[in-house]
Order: sequence, then C-alpha cells, then structure tokens
Amino acid sequence: MIAGLFNYWIVIVLMMAGLYIVMSSGHLVKKIVGLNIFQTAVFILFISMGKIAGGTAPIIDSAITLYSNPLTHVLILTAIVVGVATTALGLAIAVRIHEAYDTVEEDEITAMDAQSLHEENTASLAAESDK
Amino acid sequence: MIEQLPAIQLLLTLLAAPICSMLRNGDHAWRLATAATWLSTVVAIMLLIQVWDGGVISYQMGGWPPPWGIEVRIDELNALVLLLVTLFGSLVITALRESLRGVMRHQRQSLYYTTFLLCFAALIGITITADAFNVFVFLEVSSLSTYALIARGRDRRALTASFRYLIMGTIGATFILIAIGFLYMVTGTLNMQDLSERLPAHWDNRVIQASLAFFTVGIALKVAVFPLHYWLPNAYTYAPKATTAFLAATATKVSLYVMIRFLFDVYGIEFAFEKMQLSTILVPLSIAGILIASLVAIFQNDAKRLLAWSSVAQLSYMVLGLALLNASGITAAISHMFNHAMMKAGLFLALAAMIYRVNSSKLHDLAGIGRTMPLTTGAFAVMGVGLIGVPMTAGFVSKWYLISGTLDKGWLPLAALLIVSSLMAVVYIGKIIDVAYFKPAPPQHADVREAPLSMLIPCWIFALLTIYFGLDTRITAGLAGRVAQSYLGVS
Amino acid sequence: MEFLINSLLLLMLVATVFAIVRLKRLMIGVMLMGFFSLLSANIFMVLDAVDVAFTEAAVGAGVSTIFFLAALAIVGRTSKPQNATRTFVPLAAVIITGALLVYASFDMPYFGSHDAPAHNHVVPRYLNDSPNEVGPPNIVTSVLASYRGYDTLGEVGVVFTAFIGVFLLLGAGTRKSGVERPAPPNVQAESMRQKVVLREVSDLLIAPVLIFALYVQWHGDFGPGGGFQAGVIFASGVILYALIYGIVPAQKVFPPRKLAYFPGIGFLLYALVGVVSMMRGGNFLDYGVLVHDPLHGQHYGILIIELGVGITVAAVMINIFFSLSERSL
Repeated sequence: MIAGLFNYWIVIVLMMAGLYIVMSSGHLVKKIVGLNIFQTAVFILFISMGKIAGGTAPIIDSAITLYSNPLTHVLILTAIVVGVATTALGLAIAVRIHEAYDTVEEDEITAMDAQSLHEENTASLAAESDK
Repeated sequence: MIEQLPAIQLLLTLLAAPICSMLRNGDHAWRLATAATWLSTVVAIMLLIQVWDGGVISYQMGGWPPPWGIEVRIDELNALVLLLVTLFGSLVITALRESLRGVMRHQRQSLYYTTFLLCFAALIGITITADAFNVFVFLEVSSLSTYALIARGRDRRALTASFRYLIMGTIGATFILIAIGFLYMVTGTLNMQDLSERLPAHWDNRVIQASLAFFTVGIALKVAVFPLHYWLPNAYTYAPKATTAFLAATATKVSLYVMIRFLFDVYGIEFAFEKMQLSTILVPLSIAGILIASLVAIFQNDAKRLLAWSSVAQLSYMVLGLALLNASGITAAISHMFNHAMMKAGLFLALAAMIYRVNSSKLHDLAGIGRTMPLTTGAFAVMGVGLIGVPMTAGFVSKWYLISGTLDKGWLPLAALLIVSSLMAVVYIGKIIDVAYFKPAPPQHADVREAPLSMLIPCWIFALLTIYFGLDTRITAGLAGRVAQSYLGVS
Repeated sequence: MEFLINSLLLLMLVATVFAIVRLKRLMIGVMLMGFFSLLSANIFMVLDAVDVAFTEAAVGAGVSTIFFLAALAIVGRTSKPQNATRTFVPLAAVIITGALLVYASFDMPYFGSHDAPAHNHVVPRYLNDSPNEVGPPNIVTSVLASYRGYDTLGEVGVVFTAFIGVFLLLGAGTRKSGVERPAPPNVQAESMRQKVVLREVSDLLIAPVLIFALYVQWHGDFGPGGGFQAGVIFASGVILYALIYGIVPAQKVFPPRKLAYFPGIGFLLYALVGVVSMMRGGNFLDYGVLVHDPLHGQHYGILIIELGVGITVAAVMINIFFSLSERSL
C-alpha cells in the first residue's frame, strides 16, 4: 500500500505546502510562487495517475506493447500553459501594484487601503453634515 | 448551416477577439465587438428556439464522438444561460463606447474590447461544453480576462482587488481541476454525460466524495458563495464603471450554471444532496450570506459597493433555491439567475451613466441626480424596485418561487427571514433613491446633464425587460420550471 | 529502479518546497522554484510523460522563472518576515484540506496499476486506433491536436488572453510608443554583456536554440514536442539574446509593435483551420474533410494548427518578457 500510494501522499504534501505559501505569505510575488508550486503538484498528481508500471512513453513503436496514459499528459500540457499564463498576468498586476503603492507587501497595502477608505468615509460624513 | 450553430455561437466572438486586437482605432474595435456580440445573441435565440420543446443539440468538436472527443451539448438550461450572457453582454458592450471614450487611448480601447470579447467567448464556451476538462480551460480564459478588466479601474485599489481575485480565482480553478482529476481517476472519462452514467457505481469511493468537496469549494469561490465572497465587493467596486455591469451580469451567473450542471447532472442529486447532504452546508451558509450581506449593504455610502454587497446577498438566494431541492426552489434559483443578471447589469449600467457625469459613486455625490439626470435615475429606480421584488417586476417572480419553495418545505421561519431580507433590500435601494430624489444637488453638480443616448437606451432596455419579465414568465420561470421538473423527475 | 528514482526525486521536491516556505530572500526562492520545476520535469520523464517533461522544463524552469526575475527586478528581492497571526489560519486550512486528500487517497487505484479505470475506458481507442484515424505516432500529439483539438484552441486562447491582459496593463514594451529612447541604463544587462564567458556561450547557444525550436515544431508528430514547446524554446532563444545584449537590440530584431500582431495571427490561423473544415461540410476542427483523404487531412490540419500554436506562444512569451522588463528600465 505504501508503495502504491507514496506518490499521492508526496503530492498532497507538495500541494498543501504550495497552498500554505499562497495563504500565509504577505509578499505578492511569493504568493504567485506558491500558486505555481500548488499547480505543479497537481500536475504531478495527474501524471502519476497516468503511469502504468512497465509502460513507456505513448509514442507508437512496433516493438512496444504497453504505453502510459496519453490523455493525462494532454490535459497537463494544457494546464501548464494555463499556469504560465496566470503567472504572467499575476506578475503584471503585481508590478502595477508596486508602481501604485510602492510596495508589494500585502499588510502595507491593506493598511494604505484602509486609510483611503477611512478618509473617504470622513469626507462623506462631512458632506452629509454640510446639508 | 443550422447544425453548425453551436460552433458558430462560440466562433463569432472568439474570432472577433484576435481581429479586434489588431485594430488601431477604438471605434472600429467597438463596431466589430458590438456586431459580433449581437450576432451571437441572434444565434443564442435561434438555439433557444431549437431546444424550446425539450430538444437537445449535440455537436461533436473535430467530428470525434464523445467520450473520445469534446462534445458541445445544449439543452433548455444552458440555452437560457446563453441568452443571458449574449443579450445582457451585448447591451453592456453597446453602452461601453461612450464610457471608454476620453478615458483610454485608441489602441488601449481595442485591447479593452478584445478582452471583453475573450471573456464573452469564454463564458459561451463554458456554457455550451459537455466536457468537464473543457470547462476548466474556458473558465481560465474568462477568469484571466476578468482580472485584466478589473485591474483597469481608475482607483489603484482596482489593482489589489484584481490581484486578490486572481489568487482566489486560481485557487478555485485549481480545486476544480483536482476535482476533475479525481473524477477521471475513478471513471476514466471526462464527458459529462458519460460521467453521470458511470459515477453511481462509485458513490462509496472516497475519491469521488473528495472530488465533490473540492468541486464545491472551488466553484463556491467562483460563484462568491458566502463566506468565500471576499473578493467580490472590491472587485465590483473598483472595476471600470460599465465593466462591473458586465461582470455582475455574466461571470458569477455562468459559474452558478457550472455549479448546477455539475451538482445536478454530473454528480447527480442523489449523490450530492442525498448521500453527501450538501444542503446541510449550503442552506445555513446561504441564509447567513443573505442576511449579513444585505445588512452590510445597508451601511455602505458608496452606491457601487452597496450594489456589490447586494449581489453577494442575491447570489445566496440562488444557492438557497438550489439547496432547497424542490421544484419551486430550483425554479427560483434558475429564474433568479436570469432576472438578477438582468436587473443588476441594468443597475450597474445606470450607475455607470451617473458616474460618467458626476465622476463619483459616493452617495453624497449622487444627491439630487434624480432631477439632473431624470431618465437615467428613472431606469435605475425601475430596476431597483425590481431588485426588491415588487409585484409586476422580474424580481417578484423569482422571489415568489423562492418563498413558495421554503413553504413547500414547511420552513416557515425561513420564509419570514426572506421577507425580512427583502425589507433590507428596500432599505438599501431606498437609500440611493432617497438621495437621488430628495436631497439637493451639490452646487458643483448643478450643470450635470442627462447621460448620452448610447448609455441611456441600453439602461432603459434593461428597465423595460425588468418589467417585461415580470409579466411574461414563459422564458424565465417557465423554462426554469421545466428544468427543475426534469431534475426532480429523474431522481 | 524506476520507483526508486521517482521516490528520490519526490523527496527532493519536498525538501525544495520546505526551503521555499522558510526563505526570506525571494530571489533564492524564485531560483528554487525553477529548480522545483526542473525536478518535476525529471519526474514527468520517469513517469513516461515526455511531452509534459519537455514543456515543464521549458516553461517552469525557463520562461516562467525569467518572468519572475524580471518582476523581482522591479518590486525588490526580499520579503518582510511574516507576522505570526498570518500562519495559523492557513496552517489549519491546509491541514484540513490535506487530511481530506489523505482520506481520499486510500481509495485511489495504486500507482502504476494496469487495471485503473483511467486507462481502460477512453484511452484504449487513442492507443489502438489513432495511428489509423489520425496518423502521428506520438499519441499525445494526436489527442492534443485532433481528438481534443478544441481544448487546445482554448489553451491558445488562454495564452492569448494573458498577452492581451499584460499588454493592457503594462503596454507593449514600448512605453512611449514611437519614441526612440537612448540606450537604457540597464545595469544588469550591461554587466552581463561584460562577462566574456557568458557572452561567448550565449553566442554559441542562441542560433542552435532557435534551430532546435524549429525542429521541435515540425517533429512533434514523431517525438515529443510540438507547437507549444517550440514556441517556448524559440522565445527563450530571443530572451537569452535580450538578457545578454539588452532589450533594445532584441527589440530591433523583433519590434514589439509588429510582434504584437503575431499572437492574434497564430490564434486566427488555428481557428480558421476549423472554419475551413466547417465550410467543407465537416464539424469545427474536423481536419479529416480538409482534403480528399481523411488521413492526409488530419496531417495537414495538425501541421497548421501546431504552427498557429507555435506562432502565438513564441510571440506572447517574447512580448510579455519585453513588457515586464521594460518596466524596470
């Protein structure tokens, strides 16, 4: 059983580590690093389920009779592309955030946002009381 | 020709997107985008007519039969969602031109329309597909385009809202990917119908149970089911004005459609709700969502944020309807999906027209706007009344079904709570109406004029539709009722 | 043996991830993430997923790491220490989710088992019939380009969307469009150019990398590879050039304004193959109807759509790199 499920358990550890980085990290770029790790772990999950013991890569050759599952490979090829696309867009937004806030630490951004919200509310109250 | 319609439905906007990206002139890009989306609406109507009597259209992409190839499958439920996406999306995109002009350079405008078209096409792709993995692919196209659209908001907080949404949305999508992987692991197929046939043999398999859990959490993030709604209020508030109307109308509704499709068709009612007791989680969460979000909405002093919180509450109505699991409840959920998309898109669009003139969505800046912009505010008021659920409007129809759904269950206190929540809607919508009509306009807004016609007409179309669908319920509640029957009849 | 290598690689992955979790210095974290991708590529290789390994190596360890580095050059390379309150909720969430997964794992078909349902329902047709139905010996290519060609169109759509999004947010890599800037004060690039070994090696590498990309593009039918991998490799060649010689010379060869057309062209090329097959009476993306003989039709169809994929991916990756690195100037 341990041999049969070892891959999956490791994948679970990797997935959760990635997710942990996403959720716990305050640095926006590090969050994206976490997302990447999370997704890559999911890729390993798919590829692990596609492996057949003693099989080979699914490229037809008359000398070979046993091939691993090509469908999971296709799905993960697509998912890798999706992953890099998300990464690129996420980084672009992080860069814009850096230009707008001069920081990419989530705590500082939250504090600055709270500050501007507070100012707006005070302005609203002032406008209300003018009438 | 007619048998190619499902592919054409997607291709119109999917092909228009890359062409649009090459146009240097924003006006040309707008013309292309509106033409493509309106043609797409015509196709959606044709498809709806075809499946009206319970027919199902199946189309094999690449000519490969399912489950080996990817099938596109249109029945009554997704034909209705197609109409929702195309019609409301087209109305918003028509109004978009004026709101972008002057804000963005021409080439940026083309890119903006391209992003819009990509999102539009991807939402259609999600809606029509019958392949579980294909849902994930198009979900990501629509999500990425949504993040980009939100990030273009004027306030810098649009960037953080977009980033937050990107993180949560990607986690949600990856959860869905895990769920699909588990389904495949146990059944060996990705086609939805094939899945639904093969799954009952594996109900006791923990992998399938985990798959349901991952799917539910993942899609709940996308639908913004309370308490996973965290990304929504800021995303809606800081997205560019008319864009919010598009997102509110389409993105969350299509996610809700995916939720219905998977829970009711792929996993099946018996597994998801009877064996796994999903309702025991969804009912309390949606009740909490309705009450808390409505309460928060009341205390907002920014009209856009107020409507965003109202969306969280309204989405919870739909989830509640589904979780009630009786004919009235499911009818309520599906028809409210359509009605709310229409009313909220209209409300956000009318609000966008006001922001276009007064440059702010703060309530105190909207003071007296009922006199300076009477037509826009009039449309806003009509749809606001619809949202509250006053008889003769679309909102009444779906709320009526929802309340009868709770009564069918014998849950009297819940019905009372729904009425309370409607009263809360009266308060928050009333707050805007009150400011607009009964407060004096601040002096700097004395010369505010009526919104341009290109925004005003779509607003009023939304307003008139709100009344029309309050009187004629064949397309909304009628169709939704038949879908509900088919789900409950099978189980 | 296979299992041993696989297990060893997996344990190395775990060690890498924990190092990333604990690191404060993001620069190293990103490098480790590249290493993580490379290790994963090795695992994919051991697990017979050659195409995936190829892609993961090119994307995860290559392009994606470069994007990260370009972003870090702008936002700074270190992260602040986390405050303790941030760790509890994530930890709890992760432990609950992980426990659910472990619970589920006990019902999973064992790793490598032949009779797992995943291999025995849809896949046999791909393995047995695809050489006669579609043609290419590489079944991954057949499934990717033909059986699930519609998915792959969506995948190109994702890449295209990312390009449009980055373009919308950061501009096309020419911040003041049309204005020729003086040579950029790109310290990093300058210093790289002065490193003789680096420069000489790159000079030797760039041309073979680009040629290899073309080989991968056209050889995808027979071995691992195809439009996507080719596009990424081509882009890496160009990015390598830009890293050593600076952005400006690279942009002379690939002017961003012209390059910005290519993602759309590749995407259209792909979709139009589908439209042509519709006009010839088949379904969307049914290559069989393209010419008289269905098998030839499949062959041409796959060739053209792979070209579309390659064009889009290469252009998108180069464009995104330009957009990101321009911001740091």
